[in-house]
Amino acid sequence: MWKKIVLALIILVLGGGIALFVFKSEPRLNKNFSTTYSFLKNHPFRLGLDLSGGSHLIYKADISAVPAGQVGDSMNALRDVIERRINLFGVSEPVVQVQHGGFVSGATGEQLIVDLPGVTDVKQAIEMIGQTPLLEFKTEAPAGTPQNATVDKNGKVTVDASPQFVSTELTGRYLQKATLEFDTNTREPKVSLQFNDVGTKLFAEITKNNVGKMVAIYLDGAPISTPVVREEIPNGQAVISGSFTPTEAKLLVGRLNSGALPVPITLLSTQTIGAILGESAVNAGVKAAIIGFLLVALFLILLYRLPGLIATVSLCIFISIILALFKLMPVTLTAAGIAGFIISIGIAVDANVLIFERIKEELRSGRSIHDSISAGFSRAWFSIRDSNISNFITAVILFWFGTSLIKGFALTLGLGVIISMFSAITITRIFLGAFSFIGEGKVARFLFNSGLSK
Amino acid sequence: MFIIKYKKIFISISVVLVALSLLSLFVFGFNVGIDFKGGALTEVVYKTERPAQDILDKSLASLGFGSVLLQPTGDFGYIVKTRDLSDSEHTTLLQTLSLNNNNPLTEMSFNSVGPTVGQELTRKAILAIILISLAIICFIAFAFRKVSKPVSSWRYGLIAIITLLHDVAIPVGLFVILSHYYGAELDTLFVVAVLTILGLSVSDTIVIFDRIRENLRNQNTIAKINFGEIVGKSLEQSYVRSICTSLTVILVLLALFFFGPVSTRYFALMLTAGMFFGTYSSIFLASPLLVLVEEWQKKK
Repeated sequence: MWKKIVLALIILVLGGGIALFVFKSEPRLNKNFSTTYSFLKNHPFRLGLDLSGGSHLIYKADISAVPAGQVGDSMNALRDVIERRINLFGVSEPVVQVQHGGFVSGATGEQLIVDLPGVTDVKQAIEMIGQTPLLEFKTEAPAGTPQNATVDKNGKVTVDASPQFVSTELTGRYLQKATLEFDTNTREPKVSLQFNDVGTKLFAEITKNNVGKMVAIYLDGAPISTPVVREEIPNGQAVISGSFTPTEAKLLVGRLNSGALPVPITLLSTQTIGAILGESAVNAGVKAAIIGFLLVALFLILLYRLPGLIATVSLCIFISIILALFKLMPVTLTAAGIAGFIISIGIAVDANVLIFERIKEELRSGRSIHDSISAGFSRAWFSIRDSNISNFITAVILFWFGTSLIKGFALTLGLGVIISMFSAITITRIFLGAFSFIGEGKVARFLFNSGLSK
Repeated sequence: MFIIKYKKIFISISVVLVALSLLSLFVFGFNVGIDFKGGALTEVVYKTERPAQDILDKSLASLGFGSVLLQPTGDFGYIVKTRDLSDSEHTTLLQTLSLNNNNPLTEMSFNSVGPTVGQELTRKAILAIILISLAIICFIAFAFRKVSKPVSSWRYGLIAIITLLHDVAIPVGLFVILSHYYGAELDTLFVVAVLTILGLSVSDTIVIFDRIRENLRNQNTIAKINFGEIVGKSLEQSYVRSICTSLTVILVLLALFFFGPVSTRYFALMLTAGMFFGTYSSIFLASPLLVLVEEWQKKK
């Protein structure tokens, strides 16, 4: 008997602890959140794009030129390149996923899905992803190459510099890595390049043949630096010391290191949600969840009295566990995900209703409270199991098939179904057991009977 | 139990409701959203004053985007529906909407779905519906494998499926009517709603069938059993809990409908309807059908 009460208390304390974690790790609910422990700081709710605002882009990868066996590898390489490019721009928690074509996914061909939270300027986002830095090295054209000079209306002469230089084989393809350095004398930022083996050979050849001449470094078709070669450079190292600002230099280094796209991509669809729309959806979702919970609690207590109250406490623990799981797994919450969670609040007490109705029935047939409770739990079990299985099947298949929107719903609903089996049966049973001290008196029978006595 | 006594009346009510739903489906048809057919949806809100619709209509028509549909939303906003737009077309559209930046606006959301993505999603949705239906049929067959007298187990499964179709058909009919009068569009959430109704409704039917199963087992010793009476008794014992379990879900769904995000409003409404008719059908359709089938069997 005391054992049961102690067990119930332990569960209450544990539940309270989980609820405290959920509460304390939420920036909005705590005033001095910045001073809290890093563990709490690292676990806010992760909001999907439709709630936080942001862009969702779907690209189709053109893999026609890739040999069949290497499709997976080149898609992963593509994902890495795009991830690096996005990281350059400081987007928090971008998600870049490869979706392989196939029967189950339903995708036609290989796709790349890019989620950019907080980026509501699609144009900027698309540019950020699509930009491939084109680095070229050009040498002086042989003397006597005609130069294009144009004279405009005001008599100003413009000399087009491009024919002065001819392309070489050396491009950014042969780059091993780029690093940002600062000139020791002038403190000016410069970008130093290290070529790979092929690039080193090409560069050595170019410098050898052009001692005393200019070698132009072109970025995206425009010359950014035209140094004069003093001697052959055999070690494959070059320095671009244009007049960069430190930020420009850093960006260039990042772009050069992220490299070119291994396969060409085309944009299939875009979705952008403004931050205001997302915020109002979050507020509405929270409001609906609280009202839904209150309605269910009221319903349970009015209809089932003491067991109803206990079920409400179990429901609170259920909600705490679910919310903590959302934070820890983490589950990306979307509007549909919140809907799934709210529905799971309603489903979670289904088992309680089935058990309590059964207990009432057993009480009416003249059994003691204690016997009725154990009979109620064991006899209601089959209905609970069967009705939860069907919901679980739906959630699993939806999760397996779904787009990110459906997945969010399926995941929250599925988690809800599993956790509710535990909370509504095990936790409620322990709590009810702890109440065995109230005996079999009239008051006790009243407390265990239905609000709608029949 | 009066439900068993007047079973033909209740079955007829369900038949009429389903027929009406199917009729509205054929008359109005689906209003397919851009999730499935492709296209673009842009929502903008003006900072100061919303320009008149006919002015925008004229300038939008000259963009060459084909048919552009402009819907006012809120006090200062428009929702613009077009074919799917490229990045530059999107910029042009915003430029035009803001009257070349003379009337500043905020873009609330932009959603452009290419036709291939739409086709893909359609395929996925159909596959998911087929798979979930199959899985649930298998599950019902499994759950009732031990009950075979006097109605064989596959008939329970069949009736559960008929009930399921009934529970899905009515909310779909309701949705079609809503989409005709209020412009709700068939989107991904609609499909999710249909699939969730499948799961929720079957679980409700199972609660009552479970009771029938239990009562049949207990009465096995008595040689002659009146099947209709047992079903009636089971119904009497379990209709309260069946209604109560659905009511808790309906309560949260109503909260979601009235207070929840706009994007899940129709979703909540469909599920509420699904839950309601799911409960109705497990009491007033599934059990009467079971008795009806048993009576036909006896006549043979």
